[in-house]
Amino acid sequence: MPSLDYLPETPSQTAGPFIHIGLMSRIAGFDALPSEPGSAVAGPDVAGERIVIEGVVRDGMGAPCRDLVIELWQADASGIYAHPEDPRHAEVADGFTGFGRVHTDLETGVFRIETIKPGSVPGRHGGRQAPHLNLWLVARGINLGLNTRLYFEDEAEANAEDAVLNMIDPPHRRETLIARRDGEGAYRFDIRLQGGEETVFLDV
Amino acid sequence: MQRWGLPLTEEYYQRDRSGHPPAHSPVYKTSVARSPRLPLLSVENSLSEITGPTFNHSALGKLDNDLIHNFTGDPAIGERTIVHGRVLDENGRPVPGALLEVWQANAGGRYRHVKDGYLAPLDPNFGGCGRCMTDADGRYHFRTVKPGAYPFRNLSNSWRMAHIHFSIFGAGLAQRLITQMYFEGDPLRAQDPIAGTIPDAAALDRLMAPLDLKASVPLDSLAYRFDIVLRGRRATHFENKLEG
Repeated sequence: MPSLDYLPETPSQTAGPFIHIGLMSRIAGFDALPSEPGSAVAGPDVAGERIVIEGVVRDGMGAPCRDLVIELWQADASGIYAHPEDPRHAEVADGFTGFGRVHTDLETGVFRIETIKPGSVPGRHGGRQAPHLNLWLVARGINLGLNTRLYFEDEAEANAEDAVLNMIDPPHRRETLIARRDGEGAYRFDIRLQGGEETVFLDV
Repeated sequence: MQRWGLPLTEEYYQRDRSGHPPAHSPVYKTSVARSPRLPLLSVENSLSEITGPTFNHSALGKLDNDLIHNFTGDPAIGERTIVHGRVLDENGRPVPGALLEVWQANAGGRYRHVKDGYLAPLDPNFGGCGRCMTDADGRYHFRTVKPGAYPFRNLSNSWRMAHIHFSIFGAGLAQRLITQMYFEGDPLRAQDPIAGTIPDAAALDRLMAPLDLKASVPLDSLAYRFDIVLRGRRATHFENKLEG
């Protein structure tokens, strides 16, 4: 039988404990290259509600993971991605990259995301997706980066219509993707890699 | 209300996870408590997965792809090594504009990181990170010193074979990948617990970069070739109106 000539995707390997050297060298203890991708999701002039999200990432034993890097990818306040395949990308806010990188603190394990709240973005079949951040977690002990999403507690109506949230069964696990309002412009979002409260991870 | 549908029919192929290490790989002990145990939720591509961070060649510094000189300007110690290759997708098409970030230990197997306590010394002229982007044909290259092997806590005598970490951004979030490149013929391969998380020997072979003498620079640097394959996208045989 003739074979199909697709190439297989390159296998993943863990990012290891020293990931900061390549992705956020100042966390490793030095400044290397002139600019750091992901250092600002939204420049100071970008319109939108400024928010801060904090949380910890716990392993299966409940211990905080203190060596993770989390990447986030999001739309601007109008729900536009800064990418040429978003049909509205020409209208994306000036100074908005939509891409951020944060780390879990080497001592406390707390991560801190500073960004603007995204708008809702188009879904499939004409639907709308609730405002969300796309997250990607990499670290020592994670063999293939973990995708998940962060939604917002105060978007209950949009969340109820969101196709991804609605696929999660049993429904109580949807709560693992909802950031809790924690004061003015602040949210709390804890991630559990494994165990009873395991976060829903996505195969995208 | 205006309806914003996806104008695209080019969804990414579903990821074939059989060529990747399972999340739970007891041979690599740290993965045991850090591996989700519940099934992943399979999500069809939307704009959120088809889009992703994009980067511009102009964001890179002149020495970003020269790890021999990009820390202090003076040369690092070690085997002068060129790494080059192409970034392709599963259809064999080049991926232009891909950002590659690389990091590695120095020639003695020591990382410049506050958490690395290995007794091998730091090289004052080696930082250990670099970046490059692919050109229109998907080609990339950078120059470095060959990293050393080093021990790590897994079994009491576990060693990492020489490796360079690669972080790759393709065109969309669905293509995001981090991996490691190894060197052809490394004698530590069989006992390396992280290489051992890949269940399929043929898949691991694809991370072993062959020596490429033709790409070496005589009297200057050896060269290794490492081609990378990211997920591919559907061709448009029939119109598929995702917006319904």
